[in-house]
Amino acid sequence: MSGIPHDHYEPKTGIEKWLHTRLPIVGLVYDTLMLPTPKNLNWMWIWGIVLAFTLVLQIATGIVLVMHYTPHVDLAFASVEHIMRDVNGGHMIRYFHANGASLFFVAVYLHMFRGLYYGSYKAPREVTWIIGMLMYLMMMGTAFMGYVLPWGQMSFHGTAVITGLFGAIPFIGESIQTWLLGASAVGQPALNRFFSLHYLLPFVLLGLTIVHVWAFHTTGNNNPTGVEVRRTSKEDAAKDTLPFWPYFVIKDLFALAIVLAVFMAIVGFMPNYLGHPDNYVPANPLATPSHIVPEWYFLPFYAILRAFTADVWIVQLVNFVSFGIIDAKFFGVLAMFGAIAVMALAPWLDTSSVRSGRYRPMFKWWFALLAFDFMVLMWVGAMPTDGIYPYISLIAATYWFGYFLVLLPLLGVIEKPLPQPATIEDDFNAHYAPKAGADASANSAE
Amino acid sequence: MDKQRQNGLNFFGPSFPWAIGPTKESEMQAVSHADDHQGTRRDFIYYATAGAGVVATGAAVWPLVNQMNPSADVLALASIRVDISAVAPGTQLTVLWQGKPVFIRSRTEEEIAAARAVDVSELPDQGAENENLLGEEDASDENRALSEDGTWLVQMGICTHLGCVPLGEQGDFGGWFCPCHGSHYDTAGRIRKGPAPRNLLVPVASFVDETTIQLG
Amino acid sequence: MFRKLTLTAATALALTTGQAIAESETHVHDYDFSFEGPFGSYDQMQLQRGLQIYTEVCSSCHGLEYVAFRTLHDEGGPALPEDQMRAYAEFYEVYDPEVDDYRLATPADKFPAVTSANAPDLSLMAKSRAGFHGPLGTGINQFVKGMGGAEYIASIIAGYEEAPDCAPEDFDGYYNVAFASGGYPDSCIDDHGHNMVPGSWIGMAQPLWGDDVEFADGHSTDIHHEAQDVAAFLMWTAEPKMMARKQAGLSGVILLILLSVLLYLTNKRLWAPHKHKD
Repeated sequence: MSGIPHDHYEPKTGIEKWLHTRLPIVGLVYDTLMLPTPKNLNWMWIWGIVLAFTLVLQIATGIVLVMHYTPHVDLAFASVEHIMRDVNGGHMIRYFHANGASLFFVAVYLHMFRGLYYGSYKAPREVTWIIGMLMYLMMMGTAFMGYVLPWGQMSFHGTAVITGLFGAIPFIGESIQTWLLGASAVGQPALNRFFSLHYLLPFVLLGLTIVHVWAFHTTGNNNPTGVEVRRTSKEDAAKDTLPFWPYFVIKDLFALAIVLAVFMAIVGFMPNYLGHPDNYVPANPLATPSHIVPEWYFLPFYAILRAFTADVWIVQLVNFVSFGIIDAKFFGVLAMFGAIAVMALAPWLDTSSVRSGRYRPMFKWWFALLAFDFMVLMWVGAMPTDGIYPYISLIAATYWFGYFLVLLPLLGVIEKPLPQPATIEDDFNAHYAPKAGADASANSAE
Repeated sequence: MDKQRQNGLNFFGPSFPWAIGPTKESEMQAVSHADDHQGTRRDFIYYATAGAGVVATGAAVWPLVNQMNPSADVLALASIRVDISAVAPGTQLTVLWQGKPVFIRSRTEEEIAAARAVDVSELPDQGAENENLLGEEDASDENRALSEDGTWLVQMGICTHLGCVPLGEQGDFGGWFCPCHGSHYDTAGRIRKGPAPRNLLVPVASFVDETTIQLG
Repeated sequence: MFRKLTLTAATALALTTGQAIAESETHVHDYDFSFEGPFGSYDQMQLQRGLQIYTEVCSSCHGLEYVAFRTLHDEGGPALPEDQMRAYAEFYEVYDPEVDDYRLATPADKFPAVTSANAPDLSLMAKSRAGFHGPLGTGINQFVKGMGGAEYIASIIAGYEEAPDCAPEDFDGYYNVAFASGGYPDSCIDDHGHNMVPGSWIGMAQPLWGDDVEFADGHSTDIHHEAQDVAAFLMWTAEPKMMARKQAGLSGVILLILLSVLLYLTNKRLWAPHKHKD
């Protein structure tokens, strides 16, 4: 096996040897836990564990909720109320599950932006990044289908709107939409299949998690310097790394406990803050809520979807060039998926030889602007579509594409990077001075 | 190093009790001079953390287990009240309780007399089979009827053989008769003849007032 | 079911034709409720008063189809004594499919569902309305004051006012300063398309006028107190487990903070030799 050189599992006793020759599972667990991990990882490297925990939380609470939930248009809403009122602790379990989706997306966005800043997507970690993007898409699908299940007003009309996106595809759109819903409108067939998939996809996600971890265990973690761990010998590697257990497990668990304390406070004291009140009204096909807004975690991409209206020149141009096949509605859908696609292509769009944003003086600022842009998109996605908001979303959406398609390729050429430390050990010792200068723990940023 | 071993400390890492794998030279050095006076305190922190972690895990898992216990709406149906004001002597009211039939019979004087005339020692099942009684009471009619005077007999309408619902006022003993495999029960619901092993079960029941019986 | 749908269809049509539906500015008053904040809890007497108002006034049109009578006896709710709760249930008749007829309700039954058209069920009303939004819909106010469902209900009930002069005499509905999504006469919209008066015209006639009920505990029956009592009761019907939830939340937060501190110390000690801080 390739990767950073380190000690591997050696079966010692007879029974260990017996098992190891038949099923090397202890070795697998050992090598996974003892993975040499760059010792300079900062607090942005905790979100992976938070995500893994949240996936388990969602699966565990989800399986439990299914024991009381009924996927039927006449019974779904009432069965959720049954969970909230009668099932032992059901109200907590459901609030955990509902808010768990938000925790999931908070963590995944921080995780992604950490990767974007420290260049974690760059060679040789492209596959890790691509699998991560697939997982992100799957999370969005799962979250969307889960939101349908309570069968409230937002569930129903949100489904109509989102599946309507596929209806925008020229020629075949309507067939696709009908295929998705199993009918011409949202109803029992849609509820049943979304329930089935909402139960299935998290397990696919779990499988992809294993592949994701496998991929970066092969390449080794990135780290804040972007400098690779020395692989010249086991001794050199050991100077740059510490084993995942116990050093990073304990560190990550500490961070997780703090994150969960905040999460627990939200679940306990304001569990409906992130939800939409209209979803406590049973679905009614005849009355649309006055203001349909997706869950907060979809808002940035929802904003991009809405940004490209028919009066934007590029939309008109594309419409003209494509003989009207790509109209504004379809353009919006393409833009939304395109916004995720350009992110997935980041490994090939970024031309810089330097990995970490820490040593890229110009990139740093453009990245900060991207993070701000993301917040603006999230905010404007919840705003009405009149007044100044369309302009804001158009500018913000344009920057999103500009960052990936123009700035990333360009910066690598024109930017003069700062000097990087030669090794991770140097970087670590700059923060935590070695024994010789015992009192030089001045810069204890961690 | 010897001192650490005497203290029962694991010398992997900085006395971290659950370390696995080989130790690095540097760590051992770091440990050897640092742990002498701090070892116990470190251990305490480690074990306290592990303990708190176990408590937190337990607190998280318990609701996931407890949710499978009967929910409040199911429990609410575990106890129902039955209005018996319309049940005339010599008739029977069958109610569904927790998905099972319950026979509530207002017995006639003849039925009571017939039931009380039986010698308990001749019965196949000599136990009262009454959930309202604590011990091993015998199957006398007084131990099976709900009211002192013997008028009210409340029992599960489930044959103790294979769970069929017996028919009332039938069989060789004027009580109940199970059509599935021919078990005969007498007017106190006691098995007298046939394959059923036990008397009809008397469920937990009580009078709320003169015309209302509470089951469960 | 079909009849219900047609009725709703008729209502939907009635709402969408005629006037423009305007999102107007509304006056939602930030009432103080005993259940606000992390340590707030329901006021049992207030819930009982609210139940009384619901029973004597609201229940003639509105149902509570998700609320079981037995829960009126629950700790943390109105906590009626058991015999009173049983007696209360028997005020109602429910349809029993087993006997295919109506019978007296038992504690295990739920309040009957809505019987009159266009009167929404009230079980979840307090959670399905957000009284507070904040500037530009950012939700900041929600963060500080909560969703404001109970405040919204109390504001609606106490929000009926004399219709403004700009409205035609025969305009449908009742003017209410707290209601956002009702009808709005064109004559009250100025040249810039802005609404000249807050609120809108609601379909429900003013349900409470003050002194509508008489409380056994002698509590005030002016319109604001009645509105708050019934709003508190409807908050309870929407979130009956609020007390248990806050308790679990508090225990959880304390346990997790303790765990964080311990993990912090563990982490610090574990890393100390490598960070050369011994």
